[in-house]
Amino acid sequence: MELKTTVYQKENNTKIGKLLKNSLNDIFTSRFLAKQLAIRDIKSQYRQSFLGIIWAFITPLTTALVWIILSKTGTVTLTDTGIPYPVYVFSGTLLWSILTESINAPMVNTNAARGMLSKINFPKEALILSGVYKLISNSLVKIALLLFFLLLYGVGFHFSIFLFPFAFLGIIFIGTTIGLFISPLGMLYNDIGKIVNLGLGFLMYATPVIYVIPKDGFLKTAMEINPLTPLILITRNLMTGQSLDYLMYYFIVSIGCIPIFLLGLVFYRISIPIIVERMSA
Amino acid sequence: MQENEVLIKVEGLSKKFCKDLKTSLWYGVKDLYNSVLRRDSSDSLRKNEFWAVKDISFELRRGECLGLIGHNGAGKSTLLKMLNGLINPDQGKVTIKGRVGALIELGAGFNPILTGRENIYNNGAVLGFSKSEIDSKVEDIIDFAEVREFIDMPVQNYSSGMKVRLGFAIAAQMEPDVLIIDEVLAVGDLAFRMKCYTHLMKVMSKNVAIILVSHSVVDIMRLCSVVATLEKGKSIFQGNVEKGVSIYNNLANKESKDSSIISAKILSDDEENDFYTGDDINFQVDINSEFYIEKARILFHLEYSNIRLSSISSKYSEFNFDIKPGLNSFNFQIKNTPLLVGGYLGRFELYGESLKDYIASANFVSFNIVGPKVDYSGFGICHTIKLEHEFTFI
Repeated sequence: MELKTTVYQKENNTKIGKLLKNSLNDIFTSRFLAKQLAIRDIKSQYRQSFLGIIWAFITPLTTALVWIILSKTGTVTLTDTGIPYPVYVFSGTLLWSILTESINAPMVNTNAARGMLSKINFPKEALILSGVYKLISNSLVKIALLLFFLLLYGVGFHFSIFLFPFAFLGIIFIGTTIGLFISPLGMLYNDIGKIVNLGLGFLMYATPVIYVIPKDGFLKTAMEINPLTPLILITRNLMTGQSLDYLMYYFIVSIGCIPIFLLGLVFYRISIPIIVERMSA
Repeated sequence: MQENEVLIKVEGLSKKFCKDLKTSLWYGVKDLYNSVLRRDSSDSLRKNEFWAVKDISFELRRGECLGLIGHNGAGKSTLLKMLNGLINPDQGKVTIKGRVGALIELGAGFNPILTGRENIYNNGAVLGFSKSEIDSKVEDIIDFAEVREFIDMPVQNYSSGMKVRLGFAIAAQMEPDVLIIDEVLAVGDLAFRMKCYTHLMKVMSKNVAIILVSHSVVDIMRLCSVVATLEKGKSIFQGNVEKGVSIYNNLANKESKDSSIISAKILSDDEENDFYTGDDINFQVDINSEFYIEKARILFHLEYSNIRLSSISSKYSEFNFDIKPGLNSFNFQIKNTPLLVGGYLGRFELYGESLKDYIASANFVSFNIVGPKVDYSGFGICHTIKLEHEFTFI
């Protein structure tokens, strides 16, 4: 039997195509590890908590509640959203929280695996994949809640809802892609994570999460440029059965994300040894 | 499969580290930038950097076991990390053939609030086992670790010994071609350690190449066929275990305060001062005094790994003398040396007549006992001293 030969050296002139192939191969072979890590984290997350599942959606729920009160009491006047406002704002904040968690996931998971990274050689892509598994599992609870609201407020179900799962995976995919690029730097400096979360906090108001795109003005331009706008808008409208505006932009963003995602994988793969060297636990 | 094919080839391996955290992180950003743009960063040291590992080369074949010894900070762990592919070298190249197994961190991926059984799956997955492989090995693991009674209890309630045993038991299921071991044998109780040795011996007999890092001279002598002694990132000796261990023993107090009054050397044909157990060892002591010292004493101290084994005063054998101004030379002989393999240090001191009359210390003189081979597996003689002894029937 021919033994596999491994070479480690500084001159890393491996072609990008080769790196990508190795990366995709590692994702494929590390399915069991990824699943195991995801199960481990989900189990321990619930075993050590009374409220368990509630923590998954408490933040978006409270944000939504604040806005419902603000709008009900007339403190802020919002344009008509086409569906009952509570459904609009709940779906917005829940989808937004899925997106922000997806963006943070690669960094959070890689950071949590610090000890392992500096001691054991395992396919690092498993961390990304297990992050996706965990996101899906956490989001299912949120989506169930959302479906409940749809019924409660009499929005009902439309055929377009069958496309919703794809749009939902799209959110996780795009979020993870962004996460792949910020995690290496975020591993070096804590600041990165804080800046990202601060930025996302602002960005939410330039995305149709809480209110619809205004008729004119600066915010309209900003929201129409924001690539996250079609992402949230289309996903929500598939669920509520509203008209699918910005469909073209949606496809550009999602398809354009594929090469960027692959590039992100290569970037992640190159950067891990450099990060491990700087954080030796 | 060739019997003695080279499995690990290390050529001129070097790695630099940074002393300052802030600078280190910033260099990290720069390195990241350079490697993403596929540019080569310079080989030279940047500000605040030093060579943690410098210019290490060796080859290891099937069935061989290389011991890496050296004091803390000598670069052993960094070297292992490069061999294991956790960090990239700054210079040089590592070529490894076959499956690599690493016993560096036992129980990686354990989550304290999950049970032992669940954690076997976690750790197993991290080590690269498939689900079916773990399914078939889980009972063996529980037995090897001797934790059957507690296997469904959260790992956070395990004693540290149990945790380590479980970790080792999982890792022991690996069937690598190259095994890298870092200091993990030092844990656990004696009985479990013997079990680990037996396991490693079994692994070795399967023609695996092993690299073992340990501070324990006993472990090294018991398992290794060759050693590399590291100091400050450099390999200062490679080869024969006995010699390598001797050099390591004597590394600690290399700096000797030279005194112009008293100096000592070993009289030997061999430049390296290598001897065998049972040899006579001759020292020459030169005392260059400006004064007349009445009823002087010479003390000889013998040390092994910073432990003083013996001190002998010239008064003991009633060797009486006065030191005259000028050069006075003496010969000191250790007869039929009862010392076993290892590195030893000797030091002479000059005293006057009374207890408090300390005058001067000579330089350390080091010598090595390089044979005959000792046996740490319980079938011969080992550690430091060969006692005169006899077994008889009563």
